[in-house]
Amino acid sequence: MTFYIVLGLAVVLVLWTIAVYNRLVNLRNQTTNGWKQIDVQLKRRHDLIPNLVATVKGAMEFERETLTAVMDARARAMAAAGPAEAGRREGELTQALGRLFAVAENYPQLRATENVKMLQEELAGTENKIGFARQFYNDIATKYNTARETFPAVLASGALGFKPAELFEITEAAERQVPAVDLSMKRG
Amino acid sequence: MNLYEQQAVNRRRTWLVMAVFVALAAFVGVGVDLFVIGGGQAYVPVGTTAALALSGGQAYWSLRRGDRAVLMSSGAAPVEDRMRAALSDDDRLRYRQFTNIVEEMAIAGGVPAPRAYVIPDDDPNAFATGRDPAHASIAVTEGLLRSLNRGELQGVVAHEMAHIRNLDIRLMTVVAALLGMIVLLADWAGRAMRSGVGRGGSRRSKNGGGAAAIVLVIWLLAIVLAPLVARLMALAVSRRREYLADATGAELTRNPIGLARALEKIEAAVAPTKAIKRGTAHLCISDPLGSKMAAREGRWADLWATHPPMHRRIAALKAMAYER
Repeated sequence: MTFYIVLGLAVVLVLWTIAVYNRLVNLRNQTTNGWKQIDVQLKRRHDLIPNLVATVKGAMEFERETLTAVMDARARAMAAAGPAEAGRREGELTQALGRLFAVAENYPQLRATENVKMLQEELAGTENKIGFARQFYNDIATKYNTARETFPAVLASGALGFKPAELFEITEAAERQVPAVDLSMKRG
Repeated sequence: MNLYEQQAVNRRRTWLVMAVFVALAAFVGVGVDLFVIGGGQAYVPVGTTAALALSGGQAYWSLRRGDRAVLMSSGAAPVEDRMRAALSDDDRLRYRQFTNIVEEMAIAGGVPAPRAYVIPDDDPNAFATGRDPAHASIAVTEGLLRSLNRGELQGVVAHEMAHIRNLDIRLMTVVAALLGMIVLLADWAGRAMRSGVGRGGSRRSKNGGGAAAIVLVIWLLAIVLAPLVARLMALAVSRRREYLADATGAELTRNPIGLARALEKIEAAVAPTKAIKRGTAHLCISDPLGSKMAAREGRWADLWATHPPMHRRIAALKAMAYER
């Protein structure tokens, strides 16, 4: 009798562990995928910037520094190693781009150029995609972490080798203070 | 309800709608057998078989191809085609912005990017259709693209993305595709009745079945009420989902005010959306028929409006923004 009870408990325990394991693997894969999506969008932004700089270079001859700053920030962002540094460098790139668009306000003929408008829309779209990819990543990573850390799964998750996922945070105090640059080209 | 529960409910309801549709068609078929062809002792149920086969095929078709029928009936064209045909740079920019926003919201929702369509109509409106997130489309009118700014358009697209994600689109599309069919079927049966009732009637009086008369009455009632019931079903399904999609949309953009402003602008444009037909009204973000019901309240209006009152939706979204 006792044997069957122990056997029954063992079976329940094994089934429960399998269920926990599968759920966590599922969430972890989604989290990894979310992370990759951010990379895709960051790469897209890096690809767009040379186009933008080439387009505005002629009209903005006097703003050589601003343009160089953007290209330098891009190079640094592309060379960044690890998520923490990448986050910081990408933040700097966003700021450099913001300055470029702010300066571009002084060149009405430039803003009126269709090519520039289109590029601006592309960059605005990419900025948003990066933001939303991070948002999605944070949501899914939080879900994963919660599933990992809540009782009773927490009893097994560590032993099964599930590590907590890192969330995206704004680390730089300066970045936090910078107001969002509106690239949205408001239309009435 | 979390996302998976919503999806499960919509899957279940889609099956239910298709089953009810097939059952209804079978009922009509049985009636045709009994009263039109003539209910002898040993007869071949031609009407029933035909109705079953037809409605079954129709239900399957509505699930697989319903989205194309809905898109075609509204005259929507893929945004890529519109882009190629665009005359001004402004138009090209607007289309590009629209596709970018659709991609952004797909990323925010964690679903594949749906196909983007543009409807050549000046009234601002939008809808989503398809059978699942991998086979989904978002259509917006030309007027919507022209009147909304980026943040507002984002709100509208996010609202539609919410419908896609929780599988509202599957239910809505099937209802839209079958709704047209039910009306057609009832018309057909009604005509068959008028031309064939004399023949069937004389036969029935010979058989002297009181039960048959009762079935006839129920059958007639069903034919008359079927389109009405189908319409009510589409309405009830649509209204409750709008609040939910508004909320989920705000969760995707983290900006309820964008959608609130968009709804205000859509409401201000009172002209009906001509391109969108009656049968697909329940798919849209705002009632395309421009009926005054959307503004009215009370039980009767609640029963008949395809959408909850706009001001309540806007108030709910604004409340979300203040709470944050």
